[in-house]
Amino acid sequence: MELESVKLLAAALALLPLFGVGLGLGMIFSSYNEAVGRNPSSAEILDKKFFLTFALTEALAIFALVVSLIILFG
Amino acid sequence: MADPLKQFEIKPIIPFELAGVDISFTNSALWMGIAVITSILFMMIATRKTTMVPGRIQVIAESMYEFIASMVRDNIGSKGREYFPLIFTIFMIVLMGNMLGMIPYSFTFTSHIAVTLGLALAMFIFITILGFVKHGTHFLSLFCPAGLPWALKPLIIPIEVLSYLIRPITLSVRLFANMMAGHLILKVFAGFSVAMGVTLGILPMFFNVALIGFEFLIAFLQAYVFTILSCIYLKDAIELH
Repeated sequence: MELESVKLLAAALALLPLFGVGLGLGMIFSSYNEAVGRNPSSAEILDKKFFLTFALTEALAIFALVVSLIILFG
Repeated sequence: MADPLKQFEIKPIIPFELAGVDISFTNSALWMGIAVITSILFMMIATRKTTMVPGRIQVIAESMYEFIASMVRDNIGSKGREYFPLIFTIFMIVLMGNMLGMIPYSFTFTSHIAVTLGLALAMFIFITILGFVKHGTHFLSLFCPAGLPWALKPLIIPIEVLSYLIRPITLSVRLFANMMAGHLILKVFAGFSVAMGVTLGILPMFFNVALIGFEFLIAFLQAYVFTILSCIYLKDAIELH
């Protein structure tokens, strides 16, 4: 394979972590909704933790994007 | 059509060179200055005429103060009160950087790793020195959890040291990458709008409107995450664990 095509392939492969991040975010959202559904008064306490874990998980997808962009343009 | 990466270009406004080192006044420095001046002016105006029943601006300033104060209280405890000004400053500068970047044609200085790594390294070095000053060599027990079987020590201690040393990198890359990726996506979709013409181009524009709302959420959330992680790292140095 030529170097250019390998580069494109590697950039695409670098985005594979999105699979896990999507799964993780889905789990975070589902458990948050379930917890608040069962006990609506817990929303205040859970909100902060929810946003923190959401941002930490979402950051992993962005890391993957940065790696992909580095492969493409770096 | 302009390159979506062009928005992150650093352009010198006042070129200046000292002993072979380029220290020009750039657009990044300009927006950093604007962020500092806006946050100081905002707090000064908000607290100029304080009343028992707060007005609009005073409510914003008070809720910001209370937001960070409760974060410090929850994460560090009563010992963290003396570090409140530091945490509040970090929060304000990161928040202002993210929010000012949302103004069209402005420059997001937090989308550069040089800036965020500087902030994160400053925090990291401060926290490490603070830990050694407060606990002396006992600070090194941070890397060796209590009750660890001796057989596991050669495995766990390097992992703990590595996870401690990687903190400033993850902290800075998280902020910079989030801001960069968000602004990149905005510009890419704006580019779709231009490429698809007037009639069909309206669809990516609607998507862009939703994305801008999401970007505002991310801008606040990343400032919050940067601050709360600084708090958690500070707590490690103050209380060990």
